[in-house]
Amino acid sequence: MGAGHAHALYVHEHSIVHRLPAEVKLAAVFVFVVAVAITPREAIWAFAVYAGILLVALKTARLRLSFVALRLIAILPFVAFAALIPFIASGETTELLGIRMSVDGLWASWNILAKATLGASASILLTATTEVPDILEGMAALRVPIVLTSIAGFMIRYLEIIVEELGRMRTAMTARGYRPRWLWQLRPIATAAGAAFVRSYERGERIHGAMLARGYTGVMPRVAGRRASAWVWLVAGLVLLPVVAVAVTALVAT
Amino acid sequence: MHAPDGFLNAGTAVATGAISAGAVGLALRQAHRELKDKQIPLAGIAAAFVFAAQMFNFPVAAGTTGHLLGGALAAVLLGPHMGALVVAIVVVVQAFIFADGGITALGYNVLNMAVIPAYGGYALFSWFRRILPASSGGVVAATGLAAWVSVLLSAMGFSIEWLFGATAPVSFTDVFTAMTAVHLLIGIGEGLISGTTVGAVLASRPDLVFGARDLDRARLADRTPARSRVFVIAGLVTALFVAGIISQFAVDAPDGLQRIAEETGFTSSEGQDRLRDGSIFADYATVGIENEAVSLAIAGVAGTLIVAAVGWGLFLAVRPPRRDDDAVAA
Amino acid sequence: MSRLALDIIDLHFTYPDGRKALDGVTLSVRPGERLALLGPNGAGKTTLALHVNGLLRADRGAIRLGEMELSDDNLLEIRRRVGLVFQDPDDQLFMPTVGEDVAFGPANLGLEGDELARRVDDALSAVDASELAARVPHHLSGGERRRASLATVLAMRPDLLVFDEPAAGLDPAGRRELIETLKTLEITQLVITHDLPLALELCPRSLIMDRGRIVTDGTTAEVLADSELLAKHRLEMPFGFGSRASGP
Repeated sequence: MGAGHAHALYVHEHSIVHRLPAEVKLAAVFVFVVAVAITPREAIWAFAVYAGILLVALKTARLRLSFVALRLIAILPFVAFAALIPFIASGETTELLGIRMSVDGLWASWNILAKATLGASASILLTATTEVPDILEGMAALRVPIVLTSIAGFMIRYLEIIVEELGRMRTAMTARGYRPRWLWQLRPIATAAGAAFVRSYERGERIHGAMLARGYTGVMPRVAGRRASAWVWLVAGLVLLPVVAVAVTALVAT
Repeated sequence: MHAPDGFLNAGTAVATGAISAGAVGLALRQAHRELKDKQIPLAGIAAAFVFAAQMFNFPVAAGTTGHLLGGALAAVLLGPHMGALVVAIVVVVQAFIFADGGITALGYNVLNMAVIPAYGGYALFSWFRRILPASSGGVVAATGLAAWVSVLLSAMGFSIEWLFGATAPVSFTDVFTAMTAVHLLIGIGEGLISGTTVGAVLASRPDLVFGARDLDRARLADRTPARSRVFVIAGLVTALFVAGIISQFAVDAPDGLQRIAEETGFTSSEGQDRLRDGSIFADYATVGIENEAVSLAIAGVAGTLIVAAVGWGLFLAVRPPRRDDDAVAA
Repeated sequence: MSRLALDIIDLHFTYPDGRKALDGVTLSVRPGERLALLGPNGAGKTTLALHVNGLLRADRGAIRLGEMELSDDNLLEIRRRVGLVFQDPDDQLFMPTVGEDVAFGPANLGLEGDELARRVDDALSAVDASELAARVPHHLSGGERRRASLATVLAMRPDLLVFDEPAAGLDPAGRRELIETLKTLEITQLVITHDLPLALELCPRSLIMDRGRIVTDGTTAEVLADSELLAKHRLEMPFGFGSRASGP
């Protein structure tokens, strides 16, 4: 949760990763994050392999590491919590740099840090190489109910409009000297939010009318549709094989 | 509160994933039944509104800012099913398209940020409405209080998930205490914004407020604001009451629970080994007998409260509304 | 595309809050004609537009498109034939990309695959917007959005187009592009507008509507030349136009 979400993370480049069908990328990222999540933390080598694979993917997608690092700020609060754990955790302790820290705690920190970073980076890779309409289509191809992808599509479509509206209201209020610093001063913001809700709802009704006017009867029509060929899936599967192998090995060996 | 991948263990991720999927599926079906062909555009726009509202800073103190969660607000405005559905979609899209929140963490993120606040928040709203006047002012106060406590429920939910799926040796009691204390405060902002926002909508389009649909024009016109002092006091009393039950239980429980613990083998050394990966009390979440007993007590009561709230919310939402009631119907 | 006549006969409509928006509206649009509907805010023009394709249903009166009278049974067919272009293009561009938006209508009519793709291409090129197919609506300029929303409607191959304030929010160049586009469309058109010069340029015939009724029906040049009549209904020619307006 935080400000600044509405800016889509897509980075326009010409790379194999960008050209891959969305459903393949979605499935690949999903397999990757699941593998990362279930890997026991003691198998440090496994995480090194994951990181390596991810770096190769990022390079192939022509994404700059600084870009990814910047986007990773979203996990900062949890990284902070992770950093705190060795000091507040219980259990056997050891001394590091002259400070008492919990051994379990250190492992736990590592666990959270490694998985959060890898997971978030994989998500960033996905969103940086796949445009939003394609992500939604990819989800539909992977059998996510069309109702859900349609609602998500509408949400994304109208998000910026509403954000701009709220922004304009805020600007108008600021122009009249409103600079809230304390909780009890938030009334105007909330009132503006209420007005924005009403306007949004009314727009929703107009959109519904526009849909009816073009023949909508309650079921979203299929409007697009190339599907990924079997070859692409095969190649993707081969690329993911090491990931799965690593995860399984780590689980079994630890 | 968008937890990243691996924050809780795999078992918890899967279990909460199943619960969330079930709840969202139910919400989807019910919302469709109520709205039919209007469902997609209205849910989409409402989701966009919630997302946008979550982005904006509101002042907390001395220039620091906070953000809205919005589950209870969505439930009061749109009804519990649409509310849950809409916020769930926001959370899912944030994970997949804005890379905020782990994809494997969606189970507990959706549960904590959408399902619990929307259904639980709606139940709380109904309870508060019973004791507050049936007027616009009453609806506003009920929304504010419900939103406040819903944030608390959300924090408690997370703590219970920590009990089952913690990946770090921080005790459940520590997490529970910290989370509830912090969210007790955060919830105040959530409550005030939610209440005021509903008040603004009631002023121009009262027909758009699901939670006020039992009020006729005269009652709607009664906008005597429940005074903020009353609101704060009522909220504090509720929160303290909640905390009180839990601590009371915790104080009384150990004897009885210790006996049970001894009988079922939690206390013996084999019991300790049995506590390793796989048992419901992952050995990271509890240390020592007393903590186990206290943890069990707290988790039990908190869990009961959450299930009660969410369950009641679902029950209220699913049964047909009674039009003849003076006080709030479903 | 065929051209049909539109006949509206004694239409009455009251909103749920008690406001009577249509108080016996009768008008006819001849096949292939371009007719302007002028009038002040609150006259009921938009309400009337929403009746023509059945989004609102009248309390009394009838609407006939060609031989077909609007009823509960033929709403889908009516909506295929009547293309309503909304005042705010953002209300009509609701899909993730322009191409999908244009495809939405014909897909609802049952088109798919190559046939659907062709229909989309045709509609986009008719408004000179072929390059917008993969674009996200939010990133388009006002003029592009207007053309895209028109394409979404044209893709249905309508027999009648109803425009609600087509030039609203457009800069002069955008407005010019729109007018030129509308001139090329060989379909019966009902143009609701405040933009009197636009009416003058596009529509040989004009009606003035006020307080739910049609109060004037005549050639655009005559109607716009009568400044007293215009003033009576809160209308006025822009500064610089002489008191005698002349047609295209």
